[in-house]
Amino acid sequence: MAVADEKETILSVENLSVRINRSGFTVVDDLSFALPAGEMLALVGESGSGKTMAARSVLGLLPPPFEVAPESRIRLRGIDLTTLPPAKLREIRGAEIGMVFQEPMVSLNPSMTIGQQMAEGLALHRKLGKGEIRDRSLAMLERIRIQDPQRCLAAYPHEFSGGMRQRIMLASVMLLKPALLIADEPTTALDTLIQRDVLDLMVELTQENNTSVLLISHDLGMVSHYVRNVVVMHKGKAVEQGGSAEVLHAPKHDYTRRLVDALPRRSAGGIRLADTAVEPLIELKDIVIDYPGRAKLFGKTAGKRAVHGVDLTVNRGETLALVGASGSGKTTLGRAIVGLVTPSQGSMAFRGQPLAYDRAATSRNLRQAIQIVFQDPYSSLDPRQRIADIVGEPLKLDPGLDRAKRQERVREVFAEVGLAPEFADRFPHQLSGGQRQRVAIARAIVGRPAFVVADEPVSALDMTVQKQTLKLFRDLQARYGFACLFVSHDLGAVEQVADRVAVMENGRIVEIGARDDVFDRPQQAYTRRLLDAAMLLDRSFAGEAAQRQAAGS
Amino acid sequence: MIARALRIPAIRFNGLIGIVVVGLLLFVAIFGPWLAPYDPLKLDLLARLKGPSPDHLLGADEFGRDILSRLIYGARTSAWIAFSTVIFAIVFGTIFGILAGFLRGWTDRLLMMVNDALLAFPGLLLALGFMAVFGASRNGIIVALGIAYMPVAVRVVRGTVLSIREREYVEASRVMGNSEIVTMLRHVLPNCVAPVMVLATTMFGWVVLSESALSFLGLGVPPPAPSWGNMLSTGRPYINQAPHIVILPGLCISIALLGVNLLGDAVRDWLDPKMQD
Repeated sequence: MAVADEKETILSVENLSVRINRSGFTVVDDLSFALPAGEMLALVGESGSGKTMAARSVLGLLPPPFEVAPESRIRLRGIDLTTLPPAKLREIRGAEIGMVFQEPMVSLNPSMTIGQQMAEGLALHRKLGKGEIRDRSLAMLERIRIQDPQRCLAAYPHEFSGGMRQRIMLASVMLLKPALLIADEPTTALDTLIQRDVLDLMVELTQENNTSVLLISHDLGMVSHYVRNVVVMHKGKAVEQGGSAEVLHAPKHDYTRRLVDALPRRSAGGIRLADTAVEPLIELKDIVIDYPGRAKLFGKTAGKRAVHGVDLTVNRGETLALVGASGSGKTTLGRAIVGLVTPSQGSMAFRGQPLAYDRAATSRNLRQAIQIVFQDPYSSLDPRQRIADIVGEPLKLDPGLDRAKRQERVREVFAEVGLAPEFADRFPHQLSGGQRQRVAIARAIVGRPAFVVADEPVSALDMTVQKQTLKLFRDLQARYGFACLFVSHDLGAVEQVADRVAVMENGRIVEIGARDDVFDRPQQAYTRRLLDAAMLLDRSFAGEAAQRQAAGS
Repeated sequence: MIARALRIPAIRFNGLIGIVVVGLLLFVAIFGPWLAPYDPLKLDLLARLKGPSPDHLLGADEFGRDILSRLIYGARTSAWIAFSTVIFAIVFGTIFGILAGFLRGWTDRLLMMVNDALLAFPGLLLALGFMAVFGASRNGIIVALGIAYMPVAVRVVRGTVLSIREREYVEASRVMGNSEIVTMLRHVLPNCVAPVMVLATTMFGWVVLSESALSFLGLGVPPPAPSWGNMLSTGRPYINQAPHIVILPGLCISIALLGVNLLGDAVRDWLDPKMQD
């Protein structure tokens, strides 16, 4: 696009510094960039890099201890936002600058209908009549291809899935046709297939309205697919700026290189040698899992069948990845194996013995042998227990271990998962996400299990931390030889750990096979869509969408 | 767990005030008989409704009884009743609340049915009913008020448990093979502390006031024995001539409440690992 130079600059940020008012601790340090009309720019960095703070300072929405340093300039069409009085700034928010937040589950008000929430911005900034607002909202909902927009206006947020909510959020922001859209990790909470949809929609809507987009993300791979210009941030500083293709292929800065290395790619996981001695460890036969309907005043609501007759075998020492979009039943199946959900039909066997959880002593041993690592390390650790107690808790059930031996074993496991010994006395909230997930892994393996269910164990972590965690998992597996059911929607992660892959869609396994077979020769359309959405770097190339748009316009 | 959490009690200013006030209250309640200048029941008809003087430091009431002595003895009664009632209500409320919230099913339904039936009555009315059964004695008041306030605690604890039991660390505890009881005691109960502490300190205030309301209705601590509540209510007719006989017990109640609330907040913070950085 050679005409880029002639375009009006919508947002220009010069020497932006954000710091904590008294201590002088700087979270954003001397950041400068310019964003022309109708273009997209991405701020990329991991948690704590200051990217969200930078975006929030544009809107004047910094949380209290943080403030913008006086030498900073943030100009929207030449108007300096840093010196604007609050009343003026409020007029600009929403009308000129729209924002989409990360967490669609909490960014819509659960007690207001979609219609009311969409109307809020229009009523505030555009002074339109009720009928006009309704017409525009309806048109917008139709535009984003929501089924039955009439009903949608009267519906409440909880009736929609995360992806739908994010589309609605996007629609209600774009309704005002802002000059600038700030999207703060708009798809991080969504699974890969839906991520794709939402981002495509965002690009479409903003191109139609000639809206500039400031995209904030930790995912360099995803960003480079949509955006042509990126700013890579690390510890508050912009370490690299430039075209996404250059940054991706010839990273200049050391940190950028690490980020690029952490990106999922097809060849990262190395070659898996098929184990010659195949011995089934877990066998599932014809498993059906129903969620019971809720009891209502009269009768019951219909239950939901999450898993429709699944046969699955996990062999000793292997990692079987269970992949699929959210709602495909993969998590439910994993939870059934550890006994958190009881299947309504079918049989489960562990080492040839039927797998049943009850109060008997044998099921105690089963509990020790089959463990789980949960997705969210923030809610899987008891906030009131110290790390050493959390990790050592499973050992308390083993009467053969006294206190000294337990402590000894906990120290061992700390070393194995790479946790410094001084963490023993800390509480979970004092640890970072990656450290917490290490604690969760330590807790799972401390009793030397034969089988571990890993339920999206890295999806809540930063890219580089993801990579470390997956490597740790792989190493531990090599050392202890436990088998693993790796439940994930992230094919990038799966590629790094899996021996075999099972693809699940709507409660059924549609494809299963060795990792390379599934990845390189997918048999099902659904699998192909998942692979496409995963944007493994060797497959798709940066700037594809941007180029497509450039060609179209 | 408590001992550990108290290992580094980073006492803040408010907590310090709370400790001082509650400590003073307990000190007076325990050593009252040695501190009081007069027998709280001794009549001195010449000093009736007199204000503060060297003889009676805080004045005398409608029968000429020394107000300072009565406040000191009253602290004994009121503090004892309030602390015992709150502990009674919170302990039983927590037990029933956890059982209902954690076990669910018919246990929950049965407990909550009884609980909601109790909640349907105003606390004071309920206490009056129980007083009729237990008689107007100190222990009678404790049990009656305790039962009257317990349903609130059951509701609060059950609600907290319902949200905690869905957390993944509770599931993790099950997967580990812990029995339900261990899971409940080790992971659910400690995480209920914050709302329970807040409730307990608020409840302390309700109880002191309810005790005075009961006295007002003639069902509280039977006269002539002093409690802050009955001093407040018996002094009411003389509020124009001798305001101090009402103001002083009222002041004592307010200060005690302030102290308990500050201490409660401080204890909640000490028990919260997040406040220890």
